[in-house]
Amino acid sequence: VKSLSQNVLSCPASGIRRFFDLVAEMDDVISLGVGEPDFVTPWRVREAAIYSLEQGHTQYTSNYGLRELRDEIARYLCNLYGLAYDAVHEILVTVGVSEALDVAFRALLNPGDEVLIPEPCYVSYAPCVIFAGGVAVPIATRAEDGFRLRAEDVAAHITPKTKAVLLSFPSNPTGATMDRAGLQAIVRVAVDNDLYIVSDEIYDRLSYDAPHVSVASLPGARERTILLNGFSKAFAMTGWRIGYACAPAPVLEVMMKIHQYTMLCAPITAQKAAIEALRSGEKDTLEMVADYDRRRRLFVSGLNRIGLSCPMPGGAFYAFPSVESTGLSEEVFAERLLMEQRVLVVPGNVFGAPGRGHVRCCYATATPKLEQALERMATFLKSL
Amino acid sequence: MEISNANNKTNEILHILEQDARTPPARIAAMTGLEEDAVRKTIAELEESGAIRSYKTRIDWEKAGEARVFAFIDVAAQPERGTGYDRIAERIYRYPEVHSVYLVSGSQDLRVVVEGATMQEVANFVAEKLAPIDGVRGTATHFLLKKYKDDGVLFVDREPDRRLAVMP
Repeated sequence: VKSLSQNVLSCPASGIRRFFDLVAEMDDVISLGVGEPDFVTPWRVREAAIYSLEQGHTQYTSNYGLRELRDEIARYLCNLYGLAYDAVHEILVTVGVSEALDVAFRALLNPGDEVLIPEPCYVSYAPCVIFAGGVAVPIATRAEDGFRLRAEDVAAHITPKTKAVLLSFPSNPTGATMDRAGLQAIVRVAVDNDLYIVSDEIYDRLSYDAPHVSVASLPGARERTILLNGFSKAFAMTGWRIGYACAPAPVLEVMMKIHQYTMLCAPITAQKAAIEALRSGEKDTLEMVADYDRRRRLFVSGLNRIGLSCPMPGGAFYAFPSVESTGLSEEVFAERLLMEQRVLVVPGNVFGAPGRGHVRCCYATATPKLEQALERMATFLKSL
Repeated sequence: MEISNANNKTNEILHILEQDARTPPARIAAMTGLEEDAVRKTIAELEESGAIRSYKTRIDWEKAGEARVFAFIDVAAQPERGTGYDRIAERIYRYPEVHSVYLVSGSQDLRVVVEGATMQEVANFVAEKLAPIDGVRGTATHFLLKKYKDDGVLFVDREPDRRLAVMP
């Protein structure tokens, strides 16, 4: 047979895969390697989905998504961030932010167009850009900046081929958050260079020290921003695969064309569940966030106590400590910690070169398990 | 501003203890970013003021293999001038067999939870102690058959953590 797509083959498989295979054969592992809440979806949301099935809501929906859901999304974004998106022309319900990312890049990019991607970052961004025919241009963020993105670093990477800059704050894997001034400076660079902004704000509600700022709410940003968000983290709905994209009508129309031909629509049951989440899930969200916040402080202070330097992350549910003091590379650290103490963390290099010397630990795990993990990590550190 | 901040931290401590009364002050300090001494002091003040009433363990007696019978008793009572239902409630709640007493809206006045070793013991308590109290006009006893959830705690098996150990 003939060879497969060079474009796809050129893209390495996720570095997390190897750990998945290792851990599959081990018992009694405490996994800090997950990327999802340890809460199940709040019952009121699950119940609404069950009811929708009982009522026979099993059809296709509008390509854009249920109008009722788009209305709720518009209201939600307006209440939270003062954003005004037209539910008819500017909101597209997608199969998670994952699909929204794919659709956004395919809508934006011509072959060879460059997308600036701050690293360390979630593993899907560069592959999505490459699959869309674009070129992923990494921008290194620095531990000493708390992995926040500097506007001057964005500016320094711009070429005539640069089409868009990707933002993902609060950040997976670093937990970094951006304040208004920092974002505004990046918006200015985007405006000056006529760039699109693709903003993945899936962790927006998991902002602990200061309210999240949605970049599209800043002057000059809205007309060039594709806002991506979803229900996985804020409402503990990862497996439902439901998210959305908001963008000015001409951009959204192109995204809709791709979505229409490739996905048709997001599953109706997940859309029904999402409506209930937006209508009555706020209390559950606030309780979950308060709980993550306690575990954040507990876990991060614990890391520092046992000798792994880790500044307090402002968002998401990840700690990204440095393991440089151990003299081990992040890969060796993660592998030995797993084999010797059965604690699974993810080596930072899988999130891009600037993640070297760090590991990602998800603290969305029951408090006793977190404390047990800290004890095992302390034992491991002493053994070095 | 400082006062409301202090209130927030106090409530935060209460929320943590409400979930797990055994959370040690050191862990609460780590969770809230407060000093351990400040946590101890706040807890002592909350105990002193009565905001914290007690620390108890919620036990599934059926699992523990000890017989316990609970009954919910709706009590129709005659309120009194000046004290309303307070005096009659007091005459009821002083019995150690009485688990809880609530004044409720609706067709009955007091809702009493009584605990005993057998149904007969509970029935006797209602007939001999509770019903004859001055001002009690009538009782309706509902025996507890199965506990599903009590004070926010599930008494049935919880759903396991079904997440993949790591997302490939």
